Amino acid sequence: MDYSKIVNSRIQSIAPSGIRKYFNLLNEMTDGISLGIGEPDFVTPWHIRDAGIYSLEKGYTKYTPNAGFTELRTEISKYLKRRFGLEYDGASEIVVTVGGSEAIDLSMRCILNPGDEVIVPTPSFVCYGPLAAIDCAVPVYVETKAENEFRLTAEELKAAITPKTKMLVLPYPCNPTGAIMRKEDLEAIAEVLKDTDIIVLSDEIYSELTYVGKHVSPASIPGMRERTLVVNGFSKSYSMTGWRMGYLCGPKEIISQVTKLHQYGIMSAPTMSQYASIEALKNGDDDIEKFKEEYDGRRRFLLNGFRNLGFDCFEAQGAFYLFPCIKSSGMSSDDFCMGLLQAEKVAIIPGSAFGPGGEGFARVCYANSMKNIGEALNRIERYLNTIKK
Amino acid sequence: MKKLLQLLEEDCAMSTAQLAALADMTEDDAAAAIKKLKDDGVLLGNKAIINWDNSDYEYVTALIEVNVTPQKSDGFDRIAERIYQYDEVESVYLMSGGFDFTVIISGRSLKEVALFVARKLSTIEGVTGTATHFILKKYKEKHLIFETQDQQQERFTFD
Repeated sequence: MDYSKIVNSRIQSIAPSGIRKYFNLLNEMTDGISLGIGEPDFVTPWHIRDAGIYSLEKGYTKYTPNAGFTELRTEISKYLKRRFGLEYDGASEIVVTVGGSEAIDLSMRCILNPGDEVIVPTPSFVCYGPLAAIDCAVPVYVETKAENEFRLTAEELKAAITPKTKMLVLPYPCNPTGAIMRKEDLEAIAEVLKDTDIIVLSDEIYSELTYVGKHVSPASIPGMRERTLVVNGFSKSYSMTGWRMGYLCGPKEIISQVTKLHQYGIMSAPTMSQYASIEALKNGDDDIEKFKEEYDGRRRFLLNGFRNLGFDCFEAQGAFYLFPCIKSSGMSSDDFCMGLLQAEKVAIIPGSAFGPGGEGFARVCYANSMKNIGEALNRIERYLNTIKK
Repeated sequence: MKKLLQLLEEDCAMSTAQLAALADMTEDDAAAAIKKLKDDGVLLGNKAIINWDNSDYEYVTALIEVNVTPQKSDGFDRIAERIYQYDEVESVYLMSGGFDFTVIISGRSLKEVALFVARKLSTIEGVTGTATHFILKKYKEKHLIFETQDQQQERFTFD
């Protein structure tokens, strides 16, 4: 059979990830240090794991309601109010998903019609464009700039809007740049969106990892709630990546439609993960603070390290990435990163993997031990000395 | 300052630059603070935590409950001093509850530890009784887990 004629052409047109080769190489190495993968290095706090284990001991192994346990949605509602001042009704405005990724996918599938345009600020996480394309929509990439601290400005947004614009993705705090949007930045965005029917997909998975000021959700800006879908989850804030727990919040008219999709595609998020997540929300605020404080210290250390090595490096204010400029090396970001991996066995990701505007930069994840980060800096220094010669 | 102490207690092998970043201080301030902590007798020393079971060497640790008759003038301190002067003694704590001191002793063999208790510890003036408990297995010390933790087999690779 000629499978290229069988498999959906839009799926086939999605390019495979450009960073896979890095991980394949790294896996073959001994003594490699990965500052590549964007995943917390901490294990899920014990009391949360224990709640998951306890649910298994009790035999709670059946499906849950499609949108998730009522108690979980109530706790999510309380959490969003407590931490970000957001008001969402647990019964009608929240759906529990399999990670934030499912929430992003559901939102796009639920909102986009063929030909609709989706504005995606870049450099950003790699999933938005391909997911939009699968829905026959058109991703419109807007390059954010280092001189604007990688924020999306109102002018950049205005210039990208056309009559076909249906959705704006706001991926802040941003992977890979570490940029955040302050209240005044979001107010300017809100002003542009006023009187349009553009829906904002706000991916706030890194919201708890905001080191300068407090995270501001676009949905908390006057006039924005009715047009905003908030994606959040447990992976980054509680070190729960493997539990696959996320959620989507928004106006009930949209959430009820999204829940239909979720019901047919997923049924319900894993039951034991939901029990663990209830425990996280009830008794996990201290864990969030502890993780954040630890990442913040590493952020300062790595930032100082890169600047001492002569890198032009924007001070990331959120997530757990630095995005140093590597243009002074005279190499492309792919060559620079591949050279570093081969010469010194340190994996960082070329900025070009994160869309337009990423070339000339590299993403360095500091969700790793101080020991490894310190050693990686030593190796990067050695590498710089060899390429200068 | 408390943050710095917590960090040092966690891992004293970190560089001053690392400690300073984690404690949100400048490197100079961190170095000065560490010097002051040493001068003030707050920071006593840095020691490694060793899992002797994983080494080629024999190492026995015992926890000994010690009862004493405190002396009128010096109370417990004088007797504690007589106990802790021995090199074999790793730690001495004054306790509340059913006995007076916890003494932790290490030696090369059970016999060596037992002989120390019988010949030296029990004969100290003021010591009225001992109960020796040998430590059979260490699971965790100072937040470090002794057993090698299995790692998850396969992890995210971004296919």
